[in-house]
Parts: sequence; C-alpha cells; structure tokens
Amino acid sequence: MSKLLSNVMNYYAVLAIYKFEMARMRRTLLQSIVTPVLTTSLYFIVFGAAIGSRIQEVGGVGYGAFIVPGLIMLSLLTNSISNASFGIYFPKFSGTVYEVLSAPVSTLEVVLGYVGAAATKAIILGLIILATAGFFIELRIAHPFIMLLFIVLTALSFSLFGFILGIWADNFEKLSIVPALVITPLVFLGGSFYSTDMLPPLWQSISLMNPVLYLVSGLRWSFYEISEVNVWVSLIGVSVFLVICLGVVYAIFRTGYRLRP
Amino acid sequence: MTVIEPEVGSTILSIQQLSKVYAGGFAALKSVSLDIKAGEIIALLGPNGAGKTTLISTICGLVQPSSGRVLVAGHDITTDYRITRSLIGLVPQELTTDSFETVWNTVSFSRGLFGKAPDPAHIERVLRSLSLWDKKDNMLRTLSGGMKRRVLIAKALSHEPRILFLDEPTAGVDVSLRKDMWAIVSELRESGVTIILTTHYIEEAEEIADRIGVINHGELILVEEKRALMAKLGKKQLELELFDPLEALPASLAPFGLELSANGLKLIYTFETTESGENNISSVLEALREAGITFKDLHTSQSSLEEIFVGLVNQPASKPVQGAAI
Ligand SMILES: Nc1ncnc2c1ncn2[C@@H]1O[C@H](COP(=O)(O)OP(=O)(O)OP(=O)(O)O)[C@@H](O)[C@H]1O
Ligand SMILES: [Mg+2]
Repeated sequence: MSKLLSNVMNYYAVLAIYKFEMARMRRTLLQSIVTPVLTTSLYFIVFGAAIGSRIQEVGGVGYGAFIVPGLIMLSLLTNSISNASFGIYFPKFSGTVYEVLSAPVSTLEVVLGYVGAAATKAIILGLIILATAGFFIELRIAHPFIMLLFIVLTALSFSLFGFILGIWADNFEKLSIVPALVITPLVFLGGSFYSTDMLPPLWQSISLMNPVLYLVSGLRWSFYEISEVNVWVSLIGVSVFLVICLGVVYAIFRTGYRLRP
Repeated sequence: MTVIEPEVGSTILSIQQLSKVYAGGFAALKSVSLDIKAGEIIALLGPNGAGKTTLISTICGLVQPSSGRVLVAGHDITTDYRITRSLIGLVPQELTTDSFETVWNTVSFSRGLFGKAPDPAHIERVLRSLSLWDKKDNMLRTLSGGMKRRVLIAKALSHEPRILFLDEPTAGVDVSLRKDMWAIVSELRESGVTIILTTHYIEEAEEIADRIGVINHGELILVEEKRALMAKLGKKQLELELFDPLEALPASLAPFGLELSANGLKLIYTFETTESGENNISSVLEALREAGITFKDLHTSQSSLEEIFVGLVNQPASKPVQGAAI
C-alpha cells in the first residue's frame, strides 16, 4: 500500500507532516479533550437550563437539542482555523519551515499533511462535543451521513482557510484577529443559539448574508430536518468555499507569497 | 523517484547565469555561473551580505530565481524539483529547531519529508557519526548550540543526499567542534557526497576545500582550485637582513623593484610565483653579491588565503579579477 502510494506522491512526507502535527495535539491531550467537554457543559447549563426553561421549543425541537449543531459548528470553525493557522504560522515564525520548503513535496502534499491534521483534530473535538451533548439531552440524528459530510467539509474548508491565514499573518495579532473578530460574531449571529424566525424581517434578510448561517442551518437539518435555507444550498455553499480556498492555497505556492521570497 | 547515482567527476551541479532580484529591487545575485563536479568540496567565501545564502537558498528551493537556471544531476530545479531536492541536503545558517521534539523524532521526520521509507539503522548511523546517539531522546531545547548545529546536519543527512550544503557550519562553534566538523566533512567526501559550504574562516576553506569561490556584491568574482589560487595570487616576499645599513639602493639592483626599509637594514623583494615556478631570486642574490652587499639572515613568506581574500573583496565591484577564471 505505502509502496504503491509512494509511486504517485511523496506519501512519506504527507505522513511525516501529519504525524508531526498530530503529535502537537497529543502533547496537550488532556487540555484538548477537557476544554470542549467543559465548555459544552457550560453552554448547556447556561443556555439550555437557564434560557431553555423560558424558550420551550424552537421549530418543534427542545431548546437544548436545538443548540447542539450550533455548538458543534462553533467548535469546528474556531478549532479548524486556529489549528491550521498555528500549524503553519509557527514554523514560519521560528524558521523551521525551511525544511518543508526545501523538501521534494508538492502543494497538495503539504496541504494534505497540515490541513488534514488540523481538520482531523477539529472533527475529533466536534464529535466529543456531540458525545457530551448526549449526556444532557436525548440525541436524535435524522441523517448521520449528511451530518458527517457537513462536519468533514466544514473542518476541511476552514482548516484550509486557517492555513491561508497562517501564511498571510506576519504577527500574532493578525493570527488571532480573524477568529475573534470575524468568526465568533458570525457564529453567534448565524442562528447557532436561536432561529432567525424569531428576528424582525429586516434582520432575517441581513442574516441571510452570513455564511455561517448556511453551515449551522445545514448541520441542523441533518439532525432534525429543520432548516432556514435549503440543505443543498448549504452543501453547495461550503463546497464552493472549499474550492476557493484550495485555489488560493495553490496560488500561494505558485507565487511563493510570504513563503518563498 | 529513483535517481541514477551521479558518477564521481561528472558535473552534479550546474548553475547557469543565475540572478536574483529581491522584491524590494535589490540584486542579490548577478548572473552567477558555476559547475560543480560530483565528489568535490567547494568553499564559498565572501563578506556579509555578499549573496552566499541567497545562492544556496535558490538552489534548494527556498528562494525563487529571477533568471537563469540550475541543473542538479542534469535535472532542472524548477520543473524536476522532486528529483533535485531529494538529492540535496541543506544545513541552514540560522539555528532553527522545534523545541519540543526529540532528536530522534526530528531526524526521522526529515527522512520522511524527503520521501524516504523509515530506516532506523541509517538514522542510528548518522546520529552516532555526529556524536548525538546518547542525546537521541533529548528534547531539542535541552541541547547546546553546537549540538543543535549537529542535529541540523543529522537532519540534512537523514535522507542520504548526494549534495550537501553547509551554510556557515562552524559559525559560533568552538575549536574542537570545528575540528570535528572538518572530520565529518572529510568522511562525507569519502562516501562520495559533494559538499558546498560557506564560511568566514579562511583557514577552514584552506583546510578542507578543493576549490574556492569568492562572492562579492552578488557576483562570483573568482573560482579556482585552492592550490592554484594560492600559487597564482599568493605573493611571496624575500626579506634580507643586512650587516651594514644602506643609504640607498645601488643602481644595479633597480630592475628588481626592491624595497629598502627606513633604517636601511632590511631589503624586501616581493615576487609572484608563476605556475612554472620561475622567479628572479637567484638573479637578485647574484646582483647583491656583485654590489658587495652582505646579509646575516633571510626568510621568505607567502600571503595566506586570508590576505588574498581581503585583497579581492576590497577591489571595486563588478570588475573581474585579472587572470581569474570565472
Ligand atoms: N528576503 C530578502 N528580501 C530582501 N533582501 C534580502 C532578502 N534576503 C537577503 N536579502 C539581501 O540580499 C543580500 C545577500 O544576502 P545573503 O543572506 O545572501 O548574504 P550572505 O552572503 O549569506 O551574508 P552572511 O555572510 O552575512 O550570511 C543582503 O544584502 C541581504 O540584505
Ligand atoms: Mg549567509
């Protein structure tokens, strides 16, 4: 298998980068798992118990269950971006990136290694959140396959986005500014914790310009078959985003932008 | 990705009119051409900012060339980068390591990155030859600077390269480690590895290189066999200590261009050795005897590579050195 693969691509390089990145996570294993478990529990206690006792049901689903896809999406987006951006930013910052740049690896192989590892971590954390939620509420997943597809596509595309961010950033501020100033607000305003039906009409239309709404809505549909936008629109949207990010990464390596002077 | 082993003596690296202009408009390399034979050790000398690192980085794929091309074992570094890069090992000038990795892991990582199947026996050999074996489970941040430098060499050797670039391998390294490094280089040469190194220590180039290239202001101003270079550019001086002070040089000695010291007690004859070794020493001594000048002592001295080097780089830029083959 590895023999065969190494004929078509530098398989050992992909594996080396992937394992190196996963080892970074293993060093902080406890904190990697405890953090999502703790924050999910907090969300359930605060949002689910406190607010949920006032909001009985949203779209025929209990409030606690309603916010699960939003919680998973929040974690997927922030972790994909931070894992991938840090993964490439740090070697660039410390100088160790010279080795990857001087190695016989193609853009695709570098991306498979770094982005693959970042997405893997994000997916694992997303599933941990799902499992934690199972302690608080009774989980009901109508379309498990579509749910996985959504999770994987989101993790991949936002890890790619994070990878681009890590290459672009030339200081730590830039690295943290996008997740904090863009992603988190978009997630909170994207119907993660409420249905946009509850908003006045003007805000409903504005919300439709928020890309994260499509992600949350699509993922929620895979659970409960309720959605704000057609699930296909969501799926196509996230796929298009994935392709755009791939194109940008390819262009970065072609032109050497911020990597090869 | 199998590559035919380059024959010793054949051209393994061919740099052709390579130029690099950085984004800011700074020309760091100006049409550099150089052929390097398999199994050779070549030392690149040049002052800070001359373009040594830029040259190496371009060949290794870290810097994009502006024009010209580079062939490694006959393969173009841009179109056939998979082949060329797997033949090359690079030890960068800056000490950069991942603090939280162990020596063993970081060296194994490098081997994988360069597309080679795991081979613990090879990694062990490399670590032992660099006296790193007992440190193999240490975190990199617990190593001294000299050890980190060796780890970088081990990483560069992990995938069995045929060409090794050493960018100032002995900067900030103590005398004994420097000697070790020289021993490592000659061991590598035994195994047929071609080595290109940069250094600011002239005695290092003198000690280990077969050929010496001098870069200044982005131009390769000279490349020469070390011995030929020393012989060709090395000035020799003959100093004669006289018994009795001289007021002035006798007319019969005028053609030789002798110098007389201020106190009149020393005669200095400067001559250049040609490749055939001919000079006028015997005629000078003959003329002295005829003029009745006696001397109590004499000695000759030859300029070191260092003096040659300083002489070269202090010449104005873009004027090739006379008689130097480029
Ligand atoms: N990324 C870059 N962008 C712009 N200019 C650069 C860049 N890298 C190097 N230079 C410039 O190119 C010139 C050559 O630099 P280089 O690092 O090749 O010199 P060097 O011969 O290796 O010097 P040293 O002996 O100090 O290591 C310098 O003037 C340097 O400032
Ligand atoms: Mg340098």
